[in-house]
Amino acid sequence: MLNGAGATFPYPLYSKWFDEYHKLKPDIAFNYQSIGSGGGIRQLLDETVDFGASDAPMKDDQLKKAKRPILHIPATMGAVVIAYNLPAIHQPLQLTGALVADLFLGKIKKWSDPRIIELNRGALEPLLSAGDPDVLIVHRSDGSGTTAIFSEYLSKVSPAWKSGPGQGTALRWPAGIGGKGNEGVSSFIKQIPGAVGYVELVFAKTLRLPYAWLENARKEMIDASPQAVTAAAEGMISTIPDDFRASMTQVDAKGAYPISSFTYLLVYTEPEDRKRLAMKEFLKWALTDGQKLAVPLNYAALPPALAARVLKKLEAPK
Amino acid sequence: MSGKNWHDVVFRRMLYGFAAVAFALVLGILIFLIDMGLPAIREGGIGKIFAMEWNPPLKLYGILPFIYGTLVSSLLALLIAAPISVASALFLTQIAPHRLGVIFSFLVEMLAAIPSVVYGLWGLFVVTPWMRVSVQPWLRDHLGFLPVFQGQIYGVGILAASVILAIMITPTITAICREVFATVPAMLREGVLSLGSTRFEMFWIAIIRGSRNGILGAMILGLARALGETMAVTMVVGNSPEISASLFAPAQTMASAIASEVAEASGTHLSALGVVGLVLLLISGFVFYLLRVMVRERQRRSR
Repeated sequence: MLNGAGATFPYPLYSKWFDEYHKLKPDIAFNYQSIGSGGGIRQLLDETVDFGASDAPMKDDQLKKAKRPILHIPATMGAVVIAYNLPAIHQPLQLTGALVADLFLGKIKKWSDPRIIELNRGALEPLLSAGDPDVLIVHRSDGSGTTAIFSEYLSKVSPAWKSGPGQGTALRWPAGIGGKGNEGVSSFIKQIPGAVGYVELVFAKTLRLPYAWLENARKEMIDASPQAVTAAAEGMISTIPDDFRASMTQVDAKGAYPISSFTYLLVYTEPEDRKRLAMKEFLKWALTDGQKLAVPLNYAALPPALAARVLKKLEAPK
Repeated sequence: MSGKNWHDVVFRRMLYGFAAVAFALVLGILIFLIDMGLPAIREGGIGKIFAMEWNPPLKLYGILPFIYGTLVSSLLALLIAAPISVASALFLTQIAPHRLGVIFSFLVEMLAAIPSVVYGLWGLFVVTPWMRVSVQPWLRDHLGFLPVFQGQIYGVGILAASVILAIMITPTITAICREVFATVPAMLREGVLSLGSTRFEMFWIAIIRGSRNGILGAMILGLARALGETMAVTMVVGNSPEISASLFAPAQTMASAIASEVAEASGTHLSALGVVGLVLLLISGFVFYLLRVMVRERQRRSR
């Protein structure tokens, strides 16, 4: 029995993996508690679990607290999307990074803002005749890896955001209301016309929330999809450091979705006992055959070149 | 020592032991919270803790917005729930035919048995849309000259939280008031009536005035429940650490802040949440102390 705890975002994929792997190797079973990235890191450092899971890579001071070296395994990738409730609009809204930042800074109060109209030529006419609803920002109220990724993106595209709310798992939001979890945010967006918020792509897809296309660093308008996230990873593969701790927002690459991120499985590399070896075998499977299960669940598969690098590291951690 | 006494001694020691467990638990939790909160207090000092701004990325951990959210939502809930509860209890003990009273009491007590997360769900999907579409626009249009009924309408917010809390504490207050009213001697009621008073005057003089302390005690017990309520509140309060004059605005309570942020907090942030827990414990403790004082007062007077 391998015990793990951590991120909620990859939980649907992980549980699928654990299930499938258990069918392959009936003597290996997993127990995973999706208590949030921070909790996963805490439990791994306390050594109450065999592996942790986190959306954001561990910080240096956290790694220093560990008694033994910890390896970051990029397990899969996801996207954060800007979901909205504008019933009058039937084609996807198009937004730039600057506009997203101004929306969440509370600077844009109406959907009829000239910059939004200009960018979405013609598409907003039905909205204006439908009474031009107020912009209502919905954010996460609970500390969350999703918030960390989204605020990292906003800090990259907007100096005002960087010097204002900044980045972190919990923020002081300049505007709007907070919902608990992806499901809390989604339910507010669904209920309130004019609402806009950020949720994981997986959530927007399963709940059929409309979400915006975003302009990436190459000035292309990109629809969030597992393929566009993989494109972001491919575009930055040479810059990913040897410990795989990397951010994947606003990657300068063709076809890359700008709010993409890795999510990590965290394991100790020593001692090489039975549990550790079993975990290693599982990780090898997850990085190869396991990747095929990602896209049907709206997660992005690692680029094969990156998976190969991770496998190599897994064999020789030093 | 005789055989009989030996049993007594063991029994007595056992009771002491169990009582000590309760004492140790309270003390243990208090020590845990102080220990957890100390780093944040040391880092910022009391002045930084009792400040307006809660902003984890900037390492600002002022807990006043949470205290404000907790007190306002709980007191407003009490303001809504108290008249309804007292009226229900009056109806149950004085007016309702016996059968109807039994059924009605059962239903009110059922309200107390509903898990708070269910109240939260219902609040999220039924109460807040209703607040947004009907209640709040009406309040703004008719009472909008008051600052508390101005500002943007979201549905969720401190008013929605208060309404949910009011529904949650109504059964507690009603049940206690019912017990208190039932103890008013029939002689007293009949005496007041025989002096030529109306039924309403009888209710007021014989029952409500005579039960003032009991009603107050019931309200404090309701308040204590509202102060610590977490799940239902976090789903409808809007979760924004702001102090706003408007009751439409989103806010955040102490219990809800801890539940929301603890999973991803570390370092000073986590420690500051410990301080929030400590203050919440102290406020709740103070409310229960008030209750004790009132009960003692009542006992002394009735002697």
